[in-house]
Parts: sequence; C-alpha cells; structure tokens
Amino acid sequence: MEPVPSDWIIKVDGFTRKSVRKAVRQRVCQSSSQFAANSSRPATPEISALPQLKDASSTEQHELFMQKLHQCCVMFDFYDTVTDLKSKETKRATLSELVDYVSTNRGVLVEPVYPEITTMVSTNIFRTLPPSENPDFDPEEDEPTLEASWPHMQLVYEFFLRFLENPDFQPNTAKRYIDQKFVLQLLQLFDSEDPREREFLKTVLHRIYGKFLGLRACVRKQINNIFLRYIYETEHFNGVAELLEILGSIINGFALPLKAEHKQFLMKILIPLHTAKGLALFHAQLAYCVVQFIEKDPTLTEVVVRGLLKFWPKTCSQKEVMFLGEIEEILDVIEPTQFKKIQEPLFKQISKCVASPHFQVAERALYFWNNEYILSLIEENNAKILPIMFGNLYRISKEHWNPTIVALVYNVLKTLMEMNGTLFDELTASYKADRQREKKKEQEREELWRKLDELRLQERIAIQNNRHDIQFTFNNNNNNLQDKNENTAAAVTDRIESDSWAK
Amino acid sequence: SCSCTVVSKQPLASKMAGADSDDSLYPIAVLIDELRNEDVQLRLNSIKKLSTIALALGVERTRTELLPFLTDTIYDEDEVLLALAEQLGNFTMLVGGPEYVHCLLPPLESLATVEETVVRDKAVESLRKISHEHSPVDLEVHFEPLVKRLASGDWFTSRTSACGLFSVCYPRVSSTVKAEIRQHFRTLCSDDTPMVRRAAASKLGEFAKVLELEYVKSDIISLFTALASDEQDSVRLLAVEAGVSIATLLPQEDLEALVMPTLRQAAEDKSWRVRYMVADKFSDLQKAVGPEITKNDLVPAFQNLLKDCEAEVRAAAANKVKEFCENLPEDSRETIIMTHILPCVKELVSDTNQHVKSALASVIMGLSTILGKDNTIEHLLPLFLAQLKDECPEVRLNIISNLDCVNEVIGIRQLSQSLLPAIVELAEDAKWRVRLAIIEYMPLLAGQLGVEFFDEKLNSLCMAWLVDHVYAIREAATCNLMKLVEKFGAEWAQNTIVPKVLGMANDPNYLHRMTTLFCINALSEVCGQEITTKHMLPVVFKMSNDQVANVRFNVAKSLQKIGPVLDSNCLQTEVKPVLEKLASDQDMDVKYFAQEAISVLSLA
Repeated sequence: MEPVPSDWIIKVDGFTRKSVRKAVRQRVCQSSSQFAANSSRPATPEISALPQLKDASSTEQHELFMQKLHQCCVMFDFYDTVTDLKSKETKRATLSELVDYVSTNRGVLVEPVYPEITTMVSTNIFRTLPPSENPDFDPEEDEPTLEASWPHMQLVYEFFLRFLENPDFQPNTAKRYIDQKFVLQLLQLFDSEDPREREFLKTVLHRIYGKFLGLRACVRKQINNIFLRYIYETEHFNGVAELLEILGSIINGFALPLKAEHKQFLMKILIPLHTAKGLALFHAQLAYCVVQFIEKDPTLTEVVVRGLLKFWPKTCSQKEVMFLGEIEEILDVIEPTQFKKIQEPLFKQISKCVASPHFQVAERALYFWNNEYILSLIEENNAKILPIMFGNLYRISKEHWNPTIVALVYNVLKTLMEMNGTLFDELTASYKADRQREKKKEQEREELWRKLDELRLQERIAIQNNRHDIQFTFNNNNNNLQDKNENTAAAVTDRIESDSWAK
Repeated sequence: SCSCTVVSKQPLASKMAGADSDDSLYPIAVLIDELRNEDVQLRLNSIKKLSTIALALGVERTRTELLPFLTDTIYDEDEVLLALAEQLGNFTMLVGGPEYVHCLLPPLESLATVEETVVRDKAVESLRKISHEHSPVDLEVHFEPLVKRLASGDWFTSRTSACGLFSVCYPRVSSTVKAEIRQHFRTLCSDDTPMVRRAAASKLGEFAKVLELEYVKSDIISLFTALASDEQDSVRLLAVEAGVSIATLLPQEDLEALVMPTLRQAAEDKSWRVRYMVADKFSDLQKAVGPEITKNDLVPAFQNLLKDCEAEVRAAAANKVKEFCENLPEDSRETIIMTHILPCVKELVSDTNQHVKSALASVIMGLSTILGKDNTIEHLLPLFLAQLKDECPEVRLNIISNLDCVNEVIGIRQLSQSLLPAIVELAEDAKWRVRLAIIEYMPLLAGQLGVEFFDEKLNSLCMAWLVDHVYAIREAATCNLMKLVEKFGAEWAQNTIVPKVLGMANDPNYLHRMTTLFCINALSEVCGQEITTKHMLPVVFKMSNDQVANVRFNVAKSLQKIGPVLDSNCLQTEVKPVLEKLASDQDMDVKYFAQEAISVLSLA
C-alpha cells in the first residue's frame, strides 16, 4: 500500500480559494486607539536626542538611562505620516540604543530602573486594540491589519525581552511591577491582529511564566477565561494558537500526579475548544496539548476520546478530517489497556467516517489501516472491532462514488479477512439478515411512535368532547336554545384552545 | 385559555389513569430505550416528542419515573439537551399542574450547569417560565434554594445561570429570603471569573427593576459603580445598559449624585467598545435622565462621541443624531442643534470612514422636520447636496431613500438639480445591487418629483433598466413600470411607456423580447382591458410564432396571466386558437404551458 503523503491535506475541491478570487488586498495599516483617544490632547512634545549612553561616564549613565526611558514614554501617532517625523526617528534611535544597552551591559539593572522600565513598556504596548478594519476578518484568508506603530513597538518588545533575559534580572524586584494586573493586560494583547506582535507576546509571556512562580496560577486562570469566552461567548480571539503553544510547554512541565485543576483544564477547556468555528487556526497546537496530557497520564485517554466523540463535527468535513488526525495522534501513543476501554464507541465513529460521502473524510479514516501500531491494536481486538466496521465497509465497497475509496476499502477488507477469516465469513453470511433485522427494528419504532401519536390525538378528542358536554350543560342551565352557529363557533374555540394547550 | 386548563384537567387525568393501567402497551423501558438510542438523530426525535411520552405514561409515572431518569442521564449531545431544556419549560400540565411543577426543577437545574451556552440559556428560560407557575410557598421551598445552589456552584456555568433567576423569584418571597437573594447577587457581581461578572452585569438592570427603591439606592448603585469600573471592558460595557435601566428607576434629584458620575466616565472610557455602547444606547439614556441633565451633560458627551477617534463609535453616534435632536427639550432644541450638534454633523459629512458617512446619511434628512424650512435651506441643504455627491454609493442611496422627510419641509425641487446627476450615476453603478436599490425608490421619487420632471429626466432611465444585462434588474424594472402606471395612470402609460415596451418585441435579442412579455404581464391589469386588447394582445399573438421556444412558452404564460383582463368573446375567438396552436407545438415546455393556460382559462 502507498505510504501516506505528508502533505495529504491538499484542497482539491475544484473551487478557487477566496483569497485568490479576491483581488489581492493591500496590506492595511491603521492607527491604534491610544493615539487619538483624547481628542483635545495637547500637541505631542517634541523630543530631542540625548547624548549616547556609551559616551557617558559610568556615573552619568544611570541618570541618562532613566532619562531615555522617560523620553520613550512619549507616544506618536503613526496614522499621521507627516508630523513629528524627526521626533519619531529620535525615539526609534533611542529605543534601539536601549535594546543594545540592556543586552550587552552587566550591572545596569539596578532597582530604581525596574519601575521606569515597566512604565515605559506599559505605556507603549498596553492599549485597547482597535476595531478590526474588516468585520468579516477571516484569519485563514485575509491579510491581517498590521499595527501602524510597529517601528516603535517592535523595539519596545525587543527591549522588554532583553530586560527579562538579562542575567542580572531579579524576579523578586520585578514582581512588584510585573504583577497580576500587568499580566492581564499583556494577555489581552494576544487578540492583536498583527502576527508579529503575537509572536513577541508569546516569547514575553513564556519568559514571565518561567521567571515569576507567583504569577503562574494567575496566568493559567486568565488564559482559561480567555478560552472560555472564546468558546462560549464571542468565538473571536486572534491569539488562541499562540496561547496554546505556550500551554503546550507548560503541560510538558506538569508534575505527576496531575492536579485536579489541570485535569479540569483539559476536560472543560481544551476539549470544548474543539467546537470552535476557527479550529483550523490552532488545531495543531491544540492536538499537541491533548496528546501531551495523555502521555503524562494515560488514564485520561478514555475521557478525552469520549469528549472528542461528543463534539464530533456533524456537518464540517474539514473539521472532521482534523478530528481524525487528532485521533490518530492519540492512537499513536495509546496504551493497549486504554484502547480496550474506548474501542467500541471510537470504532463506531470511525466506521461512520469510512462511510462518509466526503471522500477526504473517508480517506483519512481509511489511512488508519496504514499505521502499524493501530493495525496491531485492531488485530489484537478484532473480535470486537470487526463486527463494528464490517457493515459499512461492505456497503461502501459496493456503493461509494469515489474509486480511490473503493480501492482503499477493498484493501481494508482484505486486511480484516486475513486477521480473522472465520469471523469475516460469518459476518459476510449474516450481512443480509442483519440489514433485515435493522429494517424490522426501524419499522417497530415507527409503529410505536404512530401509536403514541394516536394516543395524543385521542386525548385531544376526549378533551374536546368533554368541553362540549360542559358547554351544553351550561347553555341548557341558562335555558338558552342551541343556535347552530353558536355551537360551531364554540367547537372552533375549543379546538383552538385545546390545540394551544396540547403544545 | 385559563378556563380551558381548569376544565380539561379532570378528563385528562382520568384518561391518563386509563393509559397507566395498560402497561404492556407503553412500558417505560421501551420509551426510555428510545431516549437512549445510539443514533443521536433518533434520540433527538424522541426528546422532541417528550410530551407524547409523558402523556403515554400519565402524570404520576412522569413524575416518579420519567423525570428521575431525565435528571440522572444528563450527559448527552448538546443538541439533545437543548431540546430537553425547551420541552421541560412546557411540562407543567404533564406532571399534574402547578402543584407539582417543582418536580421539573431537578433536571432543569442540571441543565443550567452544563457547558454549552445555548443549553444553559434555554434551561434558564424554562426555569423563568415555570417560576411563575410556582405558588409563593413552593417558590421559597423549592425554587429559591435551587437559585442559591446555582449561585454558589463550583464551576462558573451554574453561577452564570443563577444571575438570570434572581429577578423572577425576588418579588414573591418573604423579606428574609429577599435579603439573601440580594446578598447572593452582590457576591456574583464581584465574582472571580469575568464570565459571571458579565452575566451579573447584563442582569443588573432587570434585577434593579424588581427591587424596592431603598435597595436600588443602597445596593444596586454600588454594584453598578463597581461593574462600570471593572478591569475588563467586556464587563464595563454591559454596565452601561444597566445604568440606563437604573436611571429610569431613580427620582430626578438622585440621578446626579448616583448615576451620572459613572455614566460620564463610561462616555470617556479608554476602551472604544464601552464608548460605542454609550453611543448605541444614547437615546434610551437621554429619555432616562430627562431634559436638564441632557442639556448640561449629554450634549457635550454626544459631541465628543460624534468626534470620537474610532469610526465605530462615530458611526453609532451618527445613527442617533436625529433621535437625539428630536428628544431635546423643546425650549432649547433649536439653539442646541444649531450651536452644538450641527457643527459636528458638518464634519461627519466629510468623514474619512464610509460607514460613518452612510450612518449619518440614513438619518440626517430627518433633521429638516425638526429645524424647519429656513434652517433646512440654509444649513442642511448644502450637507444633503454634499452627501448626494459622495464617492460611496451607499451614502447617496441613503440620502435618496429618505427624500420624503425633506419633501415635506422644503419640497423636492430645491434638490432636484443635484438629485438628477446622483440618480443617474447610481442607476449606472457597476454593482447591480446598487442599481436595484435605486430602482426600488423610483416610484417614490416619481411621486415626489411629478410627472413632468419624470418624463423629462427619468423615463429614459426606467426604460434602460429593461435591457440591463442582469435579470434581477430587468425584473425589478418591470415591476417598477407597473408602480409608475399606478401613480400616473393608464393614459400616461399608453402615451409614454407602452409603445417603447411593445417596440422591444422586435429586438433581435430573445431576452429583450421576453422582457416585453414580462412587462405585459405586469401592466395589463393596471392599464385595463382596452389598452390590453387593442395594443398588447396583437403583439403577444405575433410573438407566438417566435423561433425561440422560451419566447413561445412565455407567450402561453402571458396569455394565462392577462386572460382575466380580456372579455370572453376575445378569449374564445382570438386567444383560444393561439393557445391551441401552441399546445401542438413541437417543444415539450411550450405544449405544457399552453395546456396549462387552456385549463386555467377554462377554454378546453
């Protein structure tokens, strides 16, 4: 059999991708909210270049460093491309000098610079992200809106990273400034549409998580909140993949046995994340996290697989293919004892996928039979799995529209036959009878519901008749002659009322 | 329907007892098997018929067997759970009426704690619904403890659900329990997770409404202030709406001290989402705080929102311009508009963002009725004209679609010079949806501009649309002609449009020939028998010999359509032979439609 090509997820649907159809969009730059937030703000003060740090005497250096940090707190509007050009350049040069200064010098991170650095960084990067220029922004197809002030912001991120990575950096001093509030604001920036910014944020957050033990629980909790909001409220957050990437390495470091908090994170957040519309954007990172968990603690296999089965995509074939990919990753590391626990529900689903009219889904499921380890698990449990798979495989071998699928199904049937010829023959023999039994069961079900519906109908009639009796008695008591029209009207009202009741 | 429930209760119960005795027919095991079926779709179907199952079981067994089963097995696909949550909201009669309604609480409580928002929301909706069917005693014994349990649940989902239940039980419980409920709500407002704080913030207004005024002042205000300065903007923005509700509850003299500082702060929030919310709720806010505060506070706040740095906020505020001006106190309305609002509006006309301009264009015309003729001519007209020349078609369209407001005040003549180029340009826009939109305003424009102006300037446009290359435009153009005839009359039709329409019957393009038929379909009734018989019918007959089958079967369809307008003699002697000939056409479709016409017109 052919080996699975590594790039097998190729779009072969014959439709031109949206991005191709669209005229190539210009990369858009936009202002950040922070600049014009106050419409009556005074004109930006001009900043003038200070002497170079390297030229200053060691006694003056500290003071000059502080001055430069202070100077970099002045913000410029990059949307406006004409004004403040000189000052913008001065700030850029200063920031670049600061990056060099903290990365090449020892002994410069004395205590008084910590608050200044945090203020400078906060002032420059913390902001309410602007509304997306493109309300239907599709991260897979559209060009992201890039941060206009990136020439400065990039250097600020760079500087902050060098600061965190400086060998003299003291987390104990820094934790007074880099606190929970700081982390919360940092996490909110992960929604930035600019991938360059998210890339920096990822590294920054990773460093912070590594160095500030006291903030770890808080970081995890806030990430959970972001994910929960993404899953259940907005379905919009640009930085899911980046956060998952960080979590991947965090999970890697979890101590055993796993804390309840971590298991809850797996079940209540990572698994439901599979339901998100934008799954394709972060599925690789998500699957990595899930597999990490199973490798850490194999007893989680059952709940994870059952969770995935619960959220199995019903209409989105693209997602179904991703799920199958994740299942294969899980099966690659599964323990045989765990496999036994989930084989039945899992193979019922795989059997459905094999029979999918979407050939990519069927193909992806059938590729499982190319995996040596999975094949050995199937062989070991063939008595259970064969009966689950047989019906659909047999049917598909006769009626699937796609010849490749039919060929693959024949191979799989052959493999199964070689595994257990006797059972295979039995199943072939009983195939027809089984289908008939299923049909009969179906008819019985219909019959049951028909009877139940009749019962409901009788109830209505009973109620209506009863209402008539009462109506008649009432009218007779009042010595009113029955008028034919009146009676009809009453019957109509009864019908309406009893109908609305029956709902 | 109230009397119905009372009356129907008795026979229902007895009938159900009958069903009860016959266990073999509907054993619960079979029914529960259906609810457990492996196939989700079948499970879903069964759940959707849950009321039928309950009916089969009778009230007693529904309470003792079905509900416990449902409560225990709440782990299923969300779709099934959603259906269940909805069903249970209508289950009161099936468990034996209001005195047993509390039996429904356990399964709904579990459903209110699941992860999926839609399920939870539906469970809360059902709980709210059945809360009204509880007696005050049951409310305290069964319902309120459930709310408390949810409010102190471990996972955020149950606490979120609890937020929606406080207001339904508060009015009908004792003052001790009321105090507890207030306490629980307070706790949730400062919950650790933003999801719960958001839920609480969104229910704050609703809860305030059922509270006694003293507690609104003592409790709600502090919660409102706290939520409005939450660290997350997603919470702060929800507080804005609550603020509006709270303001309506407070006496005027308390507003300044209790809510205005917070609302002012929201209007200047550093997050554009919060400012957007303020702009979006501005009219409600204005009504809630009354004329004095509007004059002193809201006018400058509104000006700032109209000048906001984020286009989203400006667009939301621009949308409110007319409503805001309309609701200004009458004594100072004109001064405020002229000195404070109009200057901002003028700037928005040349905004850099097209959404802002188009939001403004959709309301700006409404200002003319408020400002009167002279101000409109002097101050607004230049703005309308500028927007009519805007580069964005949506802006122009919005102006044109609201012409009726201006028409009432200054008459449309003032605009017509500028109107025409704008209409012509939109009529030829490359986007067919724009063309379609302008066609739809044609009858209105024609009515306002009058027949002379129309004949001179717009008639040719209307005819040009008939040969547009997009079918939707040709179709709309046909319908447009009918509306014009309704306005201007049959005589006008005969002189201006009918000759042109009929002329197209000789067009070499069969699509245009078909357009003639479509126009006849639309026009025959409004034009009346004489014009139809004398002018249109001969053309239709002639087209029955067209070499394109589509034209021929459309002739059959047209004859069916215009038949009712013709007299019976004409039908028998002229239409019938033509249809009979078409009925023996070699094309299958032509035959089909000819036969259909013959039978509909009863000519067989």
